[in-house]
Amino acid sequence: MLGAAGPVAEQTRSLFLLVCTILLFVAAPVLLLTPIFAWHYRLSNTKSAYRPQWGFNWPLEGFIWIPPAIIVVVLAVFLWRDTHRLDPYKPLASPYPPVEVQVVALDWKWLFIYPDEGVASVNELAFPADRPVHLSLTSGTVMQSFFVPQLAGQIYAMAGMTTQHNLAANKPGRFRGENTQFNGTGFQNQKFSVLAQSTDDHATWLSRARASGRTLDQGAYTALTARSTQTEPILFGAVSPGLFHAILAQNDPAMHVAHGHRPK
Amino acid sequence: MNDDSLRFLLFGRLNAQAFPFVRAWQNPNISELIGALAGALVVVGALALVALLTWKRWWRPLFRDWLTSLDHKKIGIMYIVIAGVMLSRALVEAVLMRAQQSLAVDAPGIVAPEHFAQLFSTHGTIMIFFMAMPFLTGLINYVVPLQIGARDVAFPLLNSISLMLTAGGASLVMISLAVGEFSTGGWSGYPPYTGKVFQPGVGPDYWIWAITLSSLGTTFSGINFVATIYKKRCPGMHLTCMPLFCWTALCTSILMIFAMPPLTLATALLALDRYLDFHFFTNDLGGNMMNYVNLFWLFGHPEVYILILPAFGVYSEVISAFSSKELYGYKSLAAATMVIGVLSFTVWLHHFFTMGQSADVNAFFGVATMTIAIPTGVKIYDWIWTMFRGEVRFTAPMLFSLAFIVTFVLGGLSGILLAIPPIDFVVHNTVFLVAHFHNVLIPGLLYGMIAGYMYWFPKAFGFRLSEVWGRIAFGFWVSGFYLAFMPLYVLGLGGMARRSQALFEPDYRPWLLIAIVGAFLLLAGLVSLFVQLWVSVRDREASRVPVGDPWDARSLEWSVSAPPPEYNFAIIPQVDRLDPFYWLKERKEAYRPARRYDAIVMPRNSWVGPLVGLAGAVCAFGLVWHIWWLTILAFVGVWAPVVARSFVRDVHRTIPASEVEATDRRWLDCAQATRPVPRELETEPANLGLARPFPAQVPA
Repeated sequence: MLGAAGPVAEQTRSLFLLVCTILLFVAAPVLLLTPIFAWHYRLSNTKSAYRPQWGFNWPLEGFIWIPPAIIVVVLAVFLWRDTHRLDPYKPLASPYPPVEVQVVALDWKWLFIYPDEGVASVNELAFPADRPVHLSLTSGTVMQSFFVPQLAGQIYAMAGMTTQHNLAANKPGRFRGENTQFNGTGFQNQKFSVLAQSTDDHATWLSRARASGRTLDQGAYTALTARSTQTEPILFGAVSPGLFHAILAQNDPAMHVAHGHRPK
Repeated sequence: MNDDSLRFLLFGRLNAQAFPFVRAWQNPNISELIGALAGALVVVGALALVALLTWKRWWRPLFRDWLTSLDHKKIGIMYIVIAGVMLSRALVEAVLMRAQQSLAVDAPGIVAPEHFAQLFSTHGTIMIFFMAMPFLTGLINYVVPLQIGARDVAFPLLNSISLMLTAGGASLVMISLAVGEFSTGGWSGYPPYTGKVFQPGVGPDYWIWAITLSSLGTTFSGINFVATIYKKRCPGMHLTCMPLFCWTALCTSILMIFAMPPLTLATALLALDRYLDFHFFTNDLGGNMMNYVNLFWLFGHPEVYILILPAFGVYSEVISAFSSKELYGYKSLAAATMVIGVLSFTVWLHHFFTMGQSADVNAFFGVATMTIAIPTGVKIYDWIWTMFRGEVRFTAPMLFSLAFIVTFVLGGLSGILLAIPPIDFVVHNTVFLVAHFHNVLIPGLLYGMIAGYMYWFPKAFGFRLSEVWGRIAFGFWVSGFYLAFMPLYVLGLGGMARRSQALFEPDYRPWLLIAIVGAFLLLAGLVSLFVQLWVSVRDREASRVPVGDPWDARSLEWSVSAPPPEYNFAIIPQVDRLDPFYWLKERKEAYRPARRYDAIVMPRNSWVGPLVGLAGAVCAFGLVWHIWWLTILAFVGVWAPVVARSFVRDVHRTIPASEVEATDRRWLDCAQATRPVPRELETEPANLGLARPFPAQVPA
């Protein structure tokens, strides 16, 4: 998070630093008073006062209840504001429309489907750096958590339902993405590359995908669902229409498609 | 019937591959060898124990004086023995995991992924269910009846059954080292990963049945303690006269009663999924894993307070005793405890802010979570102001308490950060989270348990623990904690996922190397505790405290001999205010014989507890391996002693008044003959457990 490279991560970082600053004032009295009192009132200090039957004081009671309560109220205001501002479901402000990407979490790889471009990739999420990305996530296996630390927070991907996420990069760059929810022996290898590209580079990437000649159909998808790790990214030049919904539907559409709220 | 079905009928899923020794023989890599070594340790350890008991002829005393005993003090001690054994295993596992991560930056390391996953699953499961829970249950068991002036808990037999169920669960986890494998689903065991489709083996079943046994035991303990505290207080001991440890024990017990059922339910439903093809939490046919996640954390968050509140109680006792001063803000502390207890049920969703709920829901639970910081902060200040105008002694339990205050505040701050959903999104499931909960649980729970163990040890065994080794242990536990976990905060902010068997970022390496040093220091801390115990037992003649009040403390448990008689009090005390023993000493009314001694009726020993625990563990083993005949037989074995017991009429024995009087007078004579010691000599051999009164006040 400290290497924030996108608007969501940057706002999160400022919130983090703001809260840390406030918390310094919470910690400081405790960190100071504890050693001071313990040392000053040590047994061998015969000059310190001793009041064994003193155990309550109203003003002091106010002092230990009220300031913490005020700090919590202040923090709660920031919390409420930024939880809404940084809701992962909320579209990011941008002059350009977001790139739509459908994400399928597999064991132990990530499948990215670009419905508008009709291409797909495994373990490589590429997009033009000047456009935000809107992700719809599901899982073809157990629960996983999609995370690109430098760009935005994480969100779970669960079979039979979709969650949503929005992220963007400030400028072209290459970032590391990962699954953070343990899902078996290939878990530690389930990393992917995130490529925020210049418009030209992205066009090249798309044409490279199309030139690959591979089609992501049900058969190719089934092959991908094998429990295995994938070190090199794979590109698909074509995707069977409605594949993402077919993956969702494999896990009982009637029960789950309604899940996941839409941003207001 | 062919061979295969006969084998299944007899042995279920059990086969040669289940034994790590066979696996290591067939595939001798370092990971399998470590597994086989661990399994061998269990087997050799068990055999060595049997040999020792036989050689020393300790079998009979073991059963007569300990395993069948219904004495809350002995049950408490046995709980803590379980905690010590399990702590040792889980801490070694932690060191192994840290070693793996420090070696596995762009390298394979020493532990294979499958093995690593079992390590973090057993580490978490053991530390929560078989280290922390037995430790605090043991302390509560030992201390609460003494503090409220009772002879025993409300239901002594149920107490023994609770202990033995917990022991059964713990032994199941140990058996999984030598027979089969453990779950790889972590201590929280999220389906669908732990479902039959993805984990067909025995691992999750071991996990399910081990924690089912333990959580049944814990539920019974909770009921028992609540009944004890409500109904068994001595005359005059109003709720507001109870020592603070009793308040925290009460709150924890209430939480146990309400928080354990969701866990038992969640694991039972998961078991139905795994055994009978139900679809509560599967991906398909209408299952929904989110229900499990909610149920689990509906237990899981109150559980955090179940763990931490008794430690808060210990700190309240220790800081007050070693400051020779009344606890500051007693009512405030009791109120804060109960507020925390209520709030603990309103925050479970913060364990999964990332599951896609709306911002409103997340924000609500975020604010609720931060609200808990208020009563917790109040407690911290109450302890600080308890030292104010006191006479502070830096004994080992006090040092642990001071380290707790300072360190816990840091853990609390990272907790506030995690309570804010947008921040949680970037550190959830990373080692930042791991650092946070170790930062609250090691100082918040473990330091408290160690402090309580050192504080009450002289009461339980009649001699003090070595102060020197106590301080050495303190040094290791505190330095080790900081070195092991502060780097994880940094790594977590860098996005390092928890539970990673291998890493691919060279930048992580220096931090991981610091963390492994810390892990070894923590191990040294554990070893120092054992050395302390060894040295103290060896030198016990020089540290005896027969009069029973080595720390000049304030509550009733210090008003009896050390160790206390089986019936705790020769006559049930009568109290009229908080800190009754302090006021007795102030009024020079302590150590007086009773006007009249009566016969005391105590429960007889019972075999029901050990039999239920053993049958429960065997039943669970049968379920794990699908050995149905064994399961059915053992299930009958669980209930048979319970039913048989209801026909036994002679369940009490009477201790004659003359014996009670003789014992009491012997102790009183000893107190008369003992020279009181000032606090300066508290840790010296001169301290025989009789305190010289302080001057009432020293002006500023």
